Amino acid sequence: MNDRFNLYRFASPATFYPLAGRLIPWFIAAGILFGLAGLYIGMLVAPTDFQQGEGYRIIFIHVPTSWMSMFIYLVMAFWAAIGLAFNTRLSGMMAQALAPTGALMAFLSLWTGALWGKPMWGTWWVWDARLTSELILLFLYIGYMALVAAIDDARRADKAGGILLLVGVVNIPIIYFSVKWWNTLHQGSSVNLTKSAMAEVMLWGMLLMALAFWMYSIAVALARVRTLMLERERHTDWVRKTLVGDEQ
Amino acid sequence: MKSRHKKLALIVGAVALFGIIIVLVLNALNSNIALFKSPTEVANGNFPKDKLFRIGGLVKEGSIQRQADGVTIRFVITDSESDLTVDYVGILPDLFMEGKGAVAQGKLLPDGSFKAQEVLAKHDENYMPPEAAQALNDAHVRGVQKQAEQDAAAAVAKPKASY
Repeated sequence: MNDRFNLYRFASPATFYPLAGRLIPWFIAAGILFGLAGLYIGMLVAPTDFQQGEGYRIIFIHVPTSWMSMFIYLVMAFWAAIGLAFNTRLSGMMAQALAPTGALMAFLSLWTGALWGKPMWGTWWVWDARLTSELILLFLYIGYMALVAAIDDARRADKAGGILLLVGVVNIPIIYFSVKWWNTLHQGSSVNLTKSAMAEVMLWGMLLMALAFWMYSIAVALARVRTLMLERERHTDWVRKTLVGDEQ
Repeated sequence: MKSRHKKLALIVGAVALFGIIIVLVLNALNSNIALFKSPTEVANGNFPKDKLFRIGGLVKEGSIQRQADGVTIRFVITDSESDLTVDYVGILPDLFMEGKGAVAQGKLLPDGSFKAQEVLAKHDENYMPPEAAQALNDAHVRGVQKQAEQDAAAAVAKPKASY
């Protein structure tokens, strides 16, 4: 019973605000460490590929950002469902705080993919199922941000945005399985939970980079959710106390 | 049931229902979402006539030839069941190789060959250093030799490459 109580305590912005502030430096530090290790292995240790030469090294950015773009959307949809069902204050802010990072990841995934596609496939872009569904994901992120920004009342904005997020979540399995379900130009996945079609060093570099992007995403989302809390709860006592405390 | 649990069930139900609708729609559109047709589909007449479309498959081993005019490249796209001859004038991507996947956009000519306007290489999901690829290749060659020795008929073993 005591544990449950403690967990719910952090669902309140007043207690979550200082906790997030304490956590951010740790995530930044972990992100830098993982990023340096991942880049070192990816750029200096990992061997060249037997077909693609050095050009394959784009996967150390491309694959982690693609994973993050899908995962962040799932987390946002989770918060949207919680927010709609339980009417909690924090969930809408969490979804909103994650959106720009998700959009950034989707954009990086598409952009690095295009840079790789030109020399390897022979084209920047092709309307196959994988590329198109990832582009739709980027549009979903942008659409969500636009929708939330267009509605003044924060509670109503969260509700409308939440419904959009839940409708769009169907796109995530489509992205992931598109290379299995249809003929695509994009190759199948090299790595999943049970197998890897990659040399081990390359895989390690990629996983470290994925961890680095995780840490970065968590850190910026926490920083963003802190400003959202201050903005939305600006009339409450705890914000006044926190801000006065900062000035001293 | 508390009202918030009812709400959650409603949300989950709505998302599931929407998911089923999308699955049915995608299923109906299946052939339009596929980027390319396989040579077997083309052989069965399952392709848009008088329109550009894409074919895809593996480039058959030993099939790439430069034609007498010096600019046309002819190769065979295969799905190991049917073959389709492709003629193409233009620059091929670096990863275009025999035994590897490729996608070509163009039209089917009356003589049954495919006149391509664009050829793209399809990369597979394997990433490895050149030494590992060499070792795999050597092992494959040894395996084929062994097979050939065992098989008195010495049928040519066709490597089934993954793509």
